[in-house]
Amino acid sequence: MEALELARWQFGITTVYHYFFVPITIGLSLMVAIMQSIWLRGRNPEWLRLAKFFGKLFTINFALGLATGIVQEFQFGMNWSDYSRFVGDIFGAPLAIEALLAFFLESTFLGLWIFGWGRIPEKLHCACIWLVHIGTVLSAYFILSANSFMQHPVGYVNNPETGRAELVDFWAVLTNKVQLVTFPHVIAAALMTGGAFVLAIALWHVWRARTPADDKPMYRKAARMGAITVLIAGLGVTVSGDIQGKIMTEVQPMKMAAAEALYDTVPEGQGAPFSIITVGSLDGTTEHWAVTVPKLLSYLATGTFEGEVHGINDLQEEYTLTYAGSELTEVEDYRPVIPVTYWSFRAMVGLGIAGMAVAAAALWALRGDRPLTHRGWYWASVSVLFLPLFANSFGWIFTEMGRQPWVVFGLMTTQTAVSPGVSTGEVLTSMAVFTLLYGVLAVVEVGLTLRYARAGADPYDGASLDPADRDEDQAFVFSY
Amino acid sequence: MELSTVWFILIAVLWTGYFVLEGFDFGVGSLFPVLGRGDEQLDGNTRKRVMLSTIGPVWDGNEVWLLTAGGATFAAFPHWYATLFSGFYLPLLIILVALILRAVGIDYRGKVDDPVWRRRWDAAIVFGSVVPAFLWGVAFTNIVRGVPIDADMEFTGNVFTLLNPVALLGGLVTLTLFATHGAMFLALKTDGPIRHEARALAIRIGLGAAVLAVLWLAIVHAGTGNAASWVLAGLAAGTFLAALGLARAGREGWAFAGTFGTIALAVVSLFVALFPDVMPSTTDPAFSLTAANAASTGYTLTVMTWVAVAFTPIVLLYQGWTYWVFRKRVSGHHIPIDAAVPADSDLGAPAGPGR
Ligand code: HDD
Ligand code: HEM
Ligand code: HEM
Repeated sequence: MEALELARWQFGITTVYHYFFVPITIGLSLMVAIMQSIWLRGRNPEWLRLAKFFGKLFTINFALGLATGIVQEFQFGMNWSDYSRFVGDIFGAPLAIEALLAFFLESTFLGLWIFGWGRIPEKLHCACIWLVHIGTVLSAYFILSANSFMQHPVGYVNNPETGRAELVDFWAVLTNKVQLVTFPHVIAAALMTGGAFVLAIALWHVWRARTPADDKPMYRKAARMGAITVLIAGLGVTVSGDIQGKIMTEVQPMKMAAAEALYDTVPEGQGAPFSIITVGSLDGTTEHWAVTVPKLLSYLATGTFEGEVHGINDLQEEYTLTYAGSELTEVEDYRPVIPVTYWSFRAMVGLGIAGMAVAAAALWALRGDRPLTHRGWYWASVSVLFLPLFANSFGWIFTEMGRQPWVVFGLMTTQTAVSPGVSTGEVLTSMAVFTLLYGVLAVVEVGLTLRYARAGADPYDGASLDPADRDEDQAFVFSY
Repeated sequence: MELSTVWFILIAVLWTGYFVLEGFDFGVGSLFPVLGRGDEQLDGNTRKRVMLSTIGPVWDGNEVWLLTAGGATFAAFPHWYATLFSGFYLPLLIILVALILRAVGIDYRGKVDDPVWRRRWDAAIVFGSVVPAFLWGVAFTNIVRGVPIDADMEFTGNVFTLLNPVALLGGLVTLTLFATHGAMFLALKTDGPIRHEARALAIRIGLGAAVLAVLWLAIVHAGTGNAASWVLAGLAAGTFLAALGLARAGREGWAFAGTFGTIALAVVSLFVALFPDVMPSTTDPAFSLTAANAASTGYTLTVMTWVAVAFTPIVLLYQGWTYWVFRKRVSGHHIPIDAAVPADSDLGAPAGPGR
């Protein structure tokens, strides 16, 4: 393998890995903030116990989100230096602003929240976790505006003198139309994941025989809260995803064609079908058996059941003409890897809908206070976390792989973005190191999360958390 | 003043902020093997937890100075970012691994009540503190003294180019300087046995650091320095000696302010020596990356300037507030005893069905 391919693999592995922790962080910080706020309003100790319990799980997850994020920040310069030179004028600003506005907020107020129990006034302490959540959302906004630029470059000019793309309108970058739909989609998907995290662990305690009977009502409340979050956020994901499809068809028609493995253009008036599942050759060129919904693809892509949808072959011809002649944009093949786009799109939608179905079933079963003893609830609680989580991964794999061969659509291909001075051996080393390290950390993090999930919420000790009632020399409530 | 010069200064400020703040975090971690060893007064685990609690609420915020420096370099000087990070590939990889292990170690070590678990994370924290403390010194010495860079702004050396004797000396300087800084911080922020041992240790390591630092600053500034950078380096050395004296006199707050000032002055002296280059080329001075030729467009720099002007004060305010909230000294009795999950909590097969 060459440095280019290795660098791509490394970017894919490290980003997908980083993105396991990201949606949990965004979603769970909101859940904990809400739990703590409910406690402050009603003073029901159950909500305090839940806030602390999920708060600890949150910090376990946050640690890895943070650790893997540092790699992302430096990877552009290490592996993609020509990319960094070409778009740094535009791309660097959101990254720097993300650090200044979001990372400082997240990290500082998380420190205050962890060590501040019983040390800062209760309301201010609760505000800290809200600020952490706001920080995560801001962080998502800025990094996504950088990513949206790669999907659909706006607000720049190509400067032939410096040989790079240069920023002329920062506001346009921040309000890119791709960004305006990607952001709600990603945030809704993250909330779905956070809700599913709470649902999964609480539902498991509702089911488990060994969890003290007195605690069951508390976990039922949490499970209901998680399930409702999944359903509301699921609606948000569906609505925003639908709009996203139309915008994507407009700015990257090849991605939509690749999502459906549609080779030939379906003209206006015929209505392109959408296949839910296909058995055929991997790349979709021949089809043995398929379940299709007539005209649905036309609707997804254009908003009408009759709209024209471009096929891969026509687009390939069109791009070959448009982008020939420049080293940055000319490649032989403008098609992404079709099986990956086809199946990752279906996996995203399918896993997400399955997650919503489990949440709906759980919500129904949690009515009143009948016990949930069927073994099926064990599997429901285990699976419900991973369904939206993996839907997120597939969403990104679809978005990013569907953009290939471009790194910045229409401006720069991935093969020209890689660092020219970095050797294959160096990339191989770093990829091996990160893969190994991330593998070990995954085992540790999952093990630790399980331990804490299993231990359950600490009992209520009745101690006041108002600093006015506490002795200065009292121990920290949380510490390292 | 040119906007690119303004941004050169801001990048210098960010790196300075990073080293003065994360410097003591690295120091605290590096001193685990010494100050974290248990005795009849205080057991080793409690000692380490006290040490971690001093940096606990702030270390992550301190690390964000690095992320901001990285992001701001990318935004304001894309060529600097590209050449530096692709050129210093392997050292940077090691720094990243170290920072990851340290971050996870700080958060996880106290979470399971098991000596083996703790021992492993202790090793991660020590590795994750010592190694970056050393490698940042190596990297900065090379940035200031120059490395081989060709006409396309690409680094043409290899790892061994970077591991030259002066750079290794620079690594020792940052390592010992940060260890002194961390010991001063512990003397200021803890009570009980750690406080007194830390103060004595600060003076001992500090004397060694002083010798190395003076030698290193002299070599670097003799090579690339100017009058202003020499003055700043001299001030750094003077401040350091004053800090050690203040520590001897038991003035812990002022002594810590002293090492804080020392590191700030030393870093600033390096940036003053560097300007107007950002990465001098030893191949041909004409190939050097400068604040002018590595910069973004005026428009990007203007946008970034407004953002920095509007938000940096807010960040400084709330970060400062955190230090104020946790201004009290920490000692053994502040450490909660029952926070961790016991090692033997069952982790095997799922528990049986409910009923
Ligand atoms: C949609 C959201 C999102 C996306 C697409 C990314 N991140 Fe991320 N990142 C976050 C959302 C986030 C977060 C929610 O803010 C995190 C997750 C866990 C955490 O600690 O904060 C975070 C942490 C995090 C950190 C550590 C911050 C700290 O010290 O507190 C860095 C440096 C980055 N990220 C950088 C990146 C880069 C360069 C990305 C692009 C390749 C990236 N992230 C993708
Ligand atoms: C918001 C930030 C980003 C996210 C969340 C993201 C996410 C992803 C994901 C999920 C993949 C697919 C990985 C796989 O195939 O296994 C990917 C691939 C990739 N991304 Fe991005 N990405 C982001 C920004 C960037 C940037 C800034 C670059 C610039 C260089 C980039 C370059 C690539 C490359 C080269 C690949 C490999 C494609 C391939 O293997 O075919 N991405 N990214
Ligand atoms: C019915 C539902 C859904 C539809 C129609 C839909 C649609 C889309 C589309 C069209 C994209 C690609 C956008 C682009 O490349 O420009 C996308 C990306 C993505 N999807 Fe979905 N999606 C759905 C459900 C979900 C679910 C359930 C999740 C996760 C819980 C999810 C998470 C993501 C993520 C993380 C991305 C990548 C980021 C982005 O480009 O927005 N999606 N989705």
